[in-house]
Amino acid sequence: MTRYTQRLEQLRHQGRSGLVTYLTAGDPQTGNTSEALLTLARAGADLIELGMPFSDPMADGPTLQRAALRALAAGETVQRTLASVQRFRESDQDTPVVLMGYANPVWQYGVDAFCQAASKAGVDGLLLVDLPTDQGQPLRNACDANGMLWPRMVAPATDGQRLGHIAEQSTGFLYLVARNGVTGSGEVAQVALEERLAMTRGLTDQPLAVGFGLRKPEHFRALNGKADWIVIGSALHDTLEAAATPQEGLTALAAQVAELRRALDVR
Amino acid sequence: MNPETSTASPQAGFFGPYGGRFVAETLIAPLNALEAAYERLKNDPDFIAQLNALRRDYVGRSSPLYFAARTSQRLGGARIFLKREDLNHTGAHKINNCLGQILLARAMGKTRIIAETGAGQHGVATATVCALFGLECVVYMGRHDIQRQQPNVDRMRLLGAEVRAVDQGRGTLKDAMNEALRDWVTNVDDTYYLIGTAAGPHPYPTMVRDFQRVIGEETRDQCQERLGGLPDMLIACIGGGSNAIGFFHPFLDTDVTLVGTEAAGKGLDTALHAASMNGGRPGILHGNLTYLLQDAAGQIEEGYSLSAGLDYPGVGPEHAWLHDSGRVDYVGITDDEARSAFRQLAQEEGIIPALESAHALAEAYKRAPTMSPEQSLVVCLSGRGDKDLATILETGE
Repeated sequence: MTRYTQRLEQLRHQGRSGLVTYLTAGDPQTGNTSEALLTLARAGADLIELGMPFSDPMADGPTLQRAALRALAAGETVQRTLASVQRFRESDQDTPVVLMGYANPVWQYGVDAFCQAASKAGVDGLLLVDLPTDQGQPLRNACDANGMLWPRMVAPATDGQRLGHIAEQSTGFLYLVARNGVTGSGEVAQVALEERLAMTRGLTDQPLAVGFGLRKPEHFRALNGKADWIVIGSALHDTLEAAATPQEGLTALAAQVAELRRALDVR
Repeated sequence: MNPETSTASPQAGFFGPYGGRFVAETLIAPLNALEAAYERLKNDPDFIAQLNALRRDYVGRSSPLYFAARTSQRLGGARIFLKREDLNHTGAHKINNCLGQILLARAMGKTRIIAETGAGQHGVATATVCALFGLECVVYMGRHDIQRQQPNVDRMRLLGAEVRAVDQGRGTLKDAMNEALRDWVTNVDDTYYLIGTAAGPHPYPTMVRDFQRVIGEETRDQCQERLGGLPDMLIACIGGGSNAIGFFHPFLDTDVTLVGTEAAGKGLDTALHAASMNGGRPGILHGNLTYLLQDAAGQIEEGYSLSAGLDYPGVGPEHAWLHDSGRVDYVGITDDEARSAFRQLAQEEGIIPALESAHALAEAYKRAPTMSPEQSLVVCLSGRGDKDLATILETGE
């Protein structure tokens, strides 16, 4: 049983959704990435999405754009990101880590070499935003060969036929993008989202994650048990940006994650 | 959405290994809808008639093929002709694409148009066609480009467009395109993204090429009439490459020599250039796989050129393929060479070319003397240079 399936089983046993926290690797506002990963895990994150910064984050809103550009300016690279995961794994062997990012840095690293190195560092999956399923086969194969998950995204306008096709290609979970738009701001229509979750359940057995625009404990309470995973990202980086020092930022981050986790634990 | 178009063929929109559709899933459905609408309309007689009428009455097509007699005499080699896209309404080839796409947007029932612009020529052309059809228009433009192309910003605003400054990155075309893509992904239902060059996710590279093919088709007919056959060589400048691909495409199946000029900036041996084919390598950006300026880790680098229309760090995917296949010869022209050609044409022919087009001219000045007077060479004079006067006067010799 893998780290991921074990965690999924625990969640099903507890009858709640898992809390997914997104963090941009190498953002100097977190001080130290491996420490920030530990902070997230100890505060109650069930799965961590670790963002690999890219110079042109087209799917991200202003908060995560700034985080990526700060990280790159501070010298973050794929190698450093993987080293941070490896250090995190010295203290935490239970919390799955999925790398998230854009296709080009992975493509330049080399698809097979990347998946080998990531798996060796203790990464559990890879989610690339700008690589649609039609172009994803080589990466899916490389992830399979290295025991990594290859979750895929579906959008509000993805029709049933395409959704079925994407779900077949997806491993680990299927990520429902909650609304049209970039990460961060924007309101999510709760009822429509719940309808989409129910409709998607009818089309696939894959565990379902939801994200984009979910920022508050009430979002998490409302979706608890309806999605397998609920993702928060920009709101965490907003907290880090608002803090005077990285240390204060991590303290505030821990409190925020703990509150979200409580929203899921209390049923 | 039409179920027939819901799962695009994995190889649709590829030129050799280049092109494709590398976008977030949210954009797949609107791109499928766009592709279906384009495929339906491109052979529709009413659509074609409407487009041709606008080309003739609004743009002033066909554009002249001008024999540059004094230039040809000075260089003493091939006869040099200029394809005068600078005489189009709005002063550049960009309007050809905008007219085609605005008719498509209307047919799709879109009410809001967004665009990215670098030098401002595409922004002006987009604002123009939006005014023509009374559509809301938002143009994204990098902060840095707004500063160096103020007259075009004023033009866009006068035409009723909202110009949104983009502060991300270095504030140039690449950043404007990121921001336009973010707008589109947020407002896909009512918004049409009018991309200005033959790049981006499928079907844009094919569609923009098709709308720009009028340049090459006219050139072919005009050469037949004037020269009694094909020219020996065509030269065009390459930023994203829309004027060049439209100019070259009707000649790809001939033996006419095709030459594309990339911006070599301060020189290909420096870091300051925008020659993605001569100085970059393949990668994925803005929805397509193509040659890009990037560092070893795959982070995209800024392009540099004196010309704001050529400093994009990528190139249209069909050019990437024509480069690899060797059908087109892509070379670099430096700022200095372009600046000198700019002044030369003004003083020798009474034509002030766009700095972008001056890159193509500079190559013609090198090639013509190596050819014989029986041979002929056509330069695509893609735009006029009024917008560049400040740049030229600031940096003048």
